[in-house]
Amino acid sequence: MIARVLRSMGARTLDGLWRLGFASRFFVAVLMRSGTAFSRFSLTIREVFSTGVLSLIIIMVSGFFVGLVLGLQGYETLQRYGSSEALGILVALSLVRELGPVVAGLLFASRAGSALTAEIGLMKTTEQLKAMDMMAVDPIARVVAPRFWGGVISMPLLAALFSMMGVFGAWFIGVVFIGVDDGAFWSQMQASVDFRYDIVNGIIKSVVFGFAVSLIAVFEGYDSAPTAEGVSRAITRTVVNSALTILALDFVLTSFMFRGNG
Amino acid sequence: MSLSPPANDILVDLKNVDFAYDTRPILSGINLRIPRGKLVAIMGGSGCGKTTLLRLIGGQLKPTAGHLTVDGQELARLSRREMYAARRRMGMLFQFGALFTDLNVFDNVAFPLREHTDLPPDMIRDLVMTKLHAVGLRGAWKLMPAELSGGMARRVALARAVALDPMLIMYDEPFAGLDPISLAVVGQLIRRLNDALGASSIMVTHDVHESLEIVDYLYFLSAGKVVAEGTPDEIRASTDPFVHQFVNAEIDGPLPFHFPGDDYRTTLMETHA
Repeated sequence: MIARVLRSMGARTLDGLWRLGFASRFFVAVLMRSGTAFSRFSLTIREVFSTGVLSLIIIMVSGFFVGLVLGLQGYETLQRYGSSEALGILVALSLVRELGPVVAGLLFASRAGSALTAEIGLMKTTEQLKAMDMMAVDPIARVVAPRFWGGVISMPLLAALFSMMGVFGAWFIGVVFIGVDDGAFWSQMQASVDFRYDIVNGIIKSVVFGFAVSLIAVFEGYDSAPTAEGVSRAITRTVVNSALTILALDFVLTSFMFRGNG
Repeated sequence: MSLSPPANDILVDLKNVDFAYDTRPILSGINLRIPRGKLVAIMGGSGCGKTTLLRLIGGQLKPTAGHLTVDGQELARLSRREMYAARRRMGMLFQFGALFTDLNVFDNVAFPLREHTDLPPDMIRDLVMTKLHAVGLRGAWKLMPAELSGGMARRVALARAVALDPMLIMYDEPFAGLDPISLAVVGQLIRRLNDALGASSIMVTHDVHESLEIVDYLYFLSAGKVVAEGTPDEIRASTDPFVHQFVNAEIDGPLPFHFPGDDYRTTLMETHA
């Protein structure tokens, strides 16, 4: 019994390590064969459209609602200490440093990451990737790399739009509905949000998440079993692994970026 | 007739080729020659290694033993760049066409031309229309793959496979799932394109009757080995038990109906024990 459990654990560990090694080699291959994604930039722009532009609605609506909730909760807490004018700072810092990159990353993984995995997985299932390879066209250079870079470019832009809509949502609920002073809301935000320390760090996070989610999505699609069940499992793995990776990376990045001196 | 023309007339040559997935042998001791300008069929039941053989010839797999040359080049020794250079002179029709679902018929056929040539758009348009005309689908250039029937999709894929005028065309089960009319159309197209382009063709199929009508030579594969070969006339007249079973679609013979297992009586007794 114990031997069987140990064997099973060993097999899973080996399998996990093998996949990690394979994913690393795949990542290197994508980077090495990214020439086409840049020399024929229209291929990448098309992917920016399908991963970025088509994700705009979910990102912007979610950002707005998160802003509304932050506005309400923030005002509720701040007014107890008589500092409801600090609502702008609270909302902006929460969004730019944390919620913007993380929530936008999670939404990006669910909306665009799953679509990338499904598309590449189905291309594999229907032998389109093999057909391309037989036509002497490298599928990693022609299909995978433009999608990867399209995701990497889209993610920080979506995170920025998420934060922008969140600030707008908080302003809408705080200033328009509750009556927080408009000037205080914006001026305190402007005075306290540091470009280098807050905004750039937030952008760095969203770029890192963009790399991670896009890589997971294209890898899972490319590595999926060529069956309906295989593609469906790959999509699930993309969403689950992306979410866990984003949250783990967020902790690591935050612990390096913000050490209580801001 | 056996296929023994002068060596330089042989386009594809397999000598004692073995192939295994990990430790599971798929092909063993395959000797097979495809002369230039000929249409050759590789036949056999499902799972006998036909498609694997085609993937070896296309360089998508490497033999575990033996020598496989295409136009004098040993594919296993080629770098990725050299392999792609070799594949530009090959065309392959996949079982269900493998058309790019996000591109329409025109763009599918234009794909290899746009990827591998710097031809101006007007010339690409003319070439694509010529290829589509050859398969009878010039009028369907705007359609998306989802709007095509199985036979039409196969013909578009055929036009795409010959877009660069390849020296070697490979067909993986070109007749699978086609109605009798589409099947005859695709069969005639395969023969006509081979002759018109001066290409050589390898067709993996288990459709005996259509193949006997159009090919120059046939190889029969069973359990990963070449078990019979000959011209269509030789195959029709063959008394070989395997060929006889295959051509006449007999249920039992050298290819058993039952998958190997325990004795039937023993199995039933075990169930009731």
